[in-house]
Amino acid sequence: MQTIDMASTELREANSTLQAQKADTNQKAWEIVNPKGSHAIACGLDGPIEVTVRGSTGYYCAGMNKQAHIHIVGSAGPGVAENMMSGTVVIDGDASQYAGATGHGGLLVIKGNASSRCGISMKGIDIVVHGNIGHMSAFMAQSGNLVVLGDAGDALGDSLYEARLFVRGTVKSLGADCIEKEMRPEHLGILKDLLERADADAKPEEFKRYGSARKLYNFDVDNASAY
Amino acid sequence: MCGIVGLFLKDKSLEPKLGSMLTDMLITMTDRGPDSAGIAIYGRDEDNNTKLTIQSGNPGQDFDGLDKALSEAANAQVSMRIKDTHAVLEVSDEHADDVRAALAELRPNVRVMSAGDIMEIYKEVGLPKDVADRFDLAEMSGSHGIGHTRMATESAVTTMGAHPFSTGSDQCLVHNGSLSNHNSLRRKLKRDGIAFETDNDSEVAAAYLTSKMNHGSNLGEALESSLDDLDGFFTFVVGTKDGFGVVRDPIACKPAVMAETDQYVAFGSEYRALVNLPGIEQARVWEPEPATVYFWEH
Repeated sequence: MQTIDMASTELREANSTLQAQKADTNQKAWEIVNPKGSHAIACGLDGPIEVTVRGSTGYYCAGMNKQAHIHIVGSAGPGVAENMMSGTVVIDGDASQYAGATGHGGLLVIKGNASSRCGISMKGIDIVVHGNIGHMSAFMAQSGNLVVLGDAGDALGDSLYEARLFVRGTVKSLGADCIEKEMRPEHLGILKDLLERADADAKPEEFKRYGSARKLYNFDVDNASAY
Repeated sequence: MCGIVGLFLKDKSLEPKLGSMLTDMLITMTDRGPDSAGIAIYGRDEDNNTKLTIQSGNPGQDFDGLDKALSEAANAQVSMRIKDTHAVLEVSDEHADDVRAALAELRPNVRVMSAGDIMEIYKEVGLPKDVADRFDLAEMSGSHGIGHTRMATESAVTTMGAHPFSTGSDQCLVHNGSLSNHNSLRRKLKRDGIAFETDNDSEVAAAYLTSKMNHGSNLGEALESSLDDLDGFFTFVVGTKDGFGVVRDPIACKPAVMAETDQYVAFGSEYRALVNLPGIEQARVWEPEPATVYFWEH
C-alpha cells in the first residue's frame, strides 16, 4: 500500500502520481490521508488502481474517473465523481450537491444522503444512494440509472431524457415531463444487479420506477407558444 | 463567491478560545473571499454599558482625545479601546444616545459599525489573515461569533461593503450570494425608518431581519419570513445577543456545512473550515437543508 499524505504533498503532485498509474502498474493499492476537506483529490485517474481516501473531501473529488476504484471513508463535498467515465466511487458518508453530474459510465455509491442536483445531466453513469437525495436530482438526465433507497426531494427528473430513476421511499414532487412508469422484469433485473454491486440491503420489488414522458424533449409545434 | 464561518459555543470553557478558533476558520476561507474580511464577536454582558464599535479611515486624528471629548459633550463617562482603524466606545446605557449624537457632531467622518450590549464588529479590506492580525482577533473571547471573507459582486470593495452588517442592537448578518430585489426592499425599509450606510444587497437583508424583529418576530420567525420576501441566492448566518441562525434559499447553490457537538455549533462554507475544531471527527456534520431555518439560543 502506497500512502500519500495531503498534509505534506501538493495536490498536483498527488494527482499526477495517481494519474501515472496505468494498466500495467504494480502499485495497485493507494491510500490518501489527511484530506481535511481539500479540493479535487484523486481527479483524472486512468488505471485499475484502488484508492482509499481516509477522511472527508472538498469540492470535485474523484472527478473524470476512468477505471479506478475510489473509496472515500468520510463525506464528500460538491461535485464528487463528476463526469466519471468508468470505475467505481464509493462514499461512506454523505455527498454534497451535484454528485455524479454528467457521468458517462461507472458506478457511484453514496452510503449516506446526497443533497441537491444528484446525477444532474447524467449520461450513462449508475448511481446508488443508500439514503435520501435532494431537490432537482437527475435534472436533464440522459441515460444511466439512479437508484435511491430513501426519499427524493422536489422536482425529481425535471426535463428528463432516457435515464431510469428508481426510488424506494417517497418522492416530494416530480419535475416537468417526469412520470411514474411500469416496473417490468428487465428493470427488476437491472435493479437487482445494481443493489448487489452497491452492497445495498433492499429488494428490487420495493422500488418504483420513474422516467420521461417524452413530451418535452422533442419539439412539438403545439408547444410553440410556450417557448 | 464568499466564505462564511460561524461558531456558537455551548461549553463555556471554550470561550477564551473563540477568537483563535474563528480566526483559524476565517483564514481557511481566504480563497473564497480575498477582497476583505470581517468578524462579529459576542462577549460577556458584565455591566449596564453600551458598546459602540466605530471605524475611521484616519484613526490617528479621529480617535485622538475622542473619549474625553465625548465624555464632556455627553456629560458621561466614556471609555475607548483602540484597535487599528476601529475603536470600541463604552458608555452607560442611559447615555448611549447622547454619545452617538455627540460623535456624529464631533467626528462626522467616523462610522458606527455596530451598537449593542456585547457585540463588537471588526472589518477591513485586505486578506483575512492581515485583517485578523490588525485587530488581534485571535486574542478575543466570547460566546459566539461570525466571520466572513468577501469576493465582491454587488457593490464596491470598501470597508463599509465588507461583512458582517449590523442594522440593529447586537444584531449582525453575513451573506454568501446575491439578492435581486434589494433595491425595492431598501426603499420599503427606508420608509419604515431604517437607515442604510451602503448600496450593498446584504445590508438590506440585515435591515430586513432587524425590521422584522423590531415588529416583534424572534430570530427564527424573521428568518422564516425572509424566505418569502427575499429574492435571489443566499446563505445567511446571523447573530443576535444570545442567538445564532442559519438559512439558505430554496435553490441552495451556495455551499454550507454545519457541525454540532456537546461543546459547539459550527458553520462553514466548506468542511475544510471546520477540520481543526476540537472533536470534529465525532461531530454530527450535515448540510443545512434548503429553505429551512436553523437557530440556536443560549
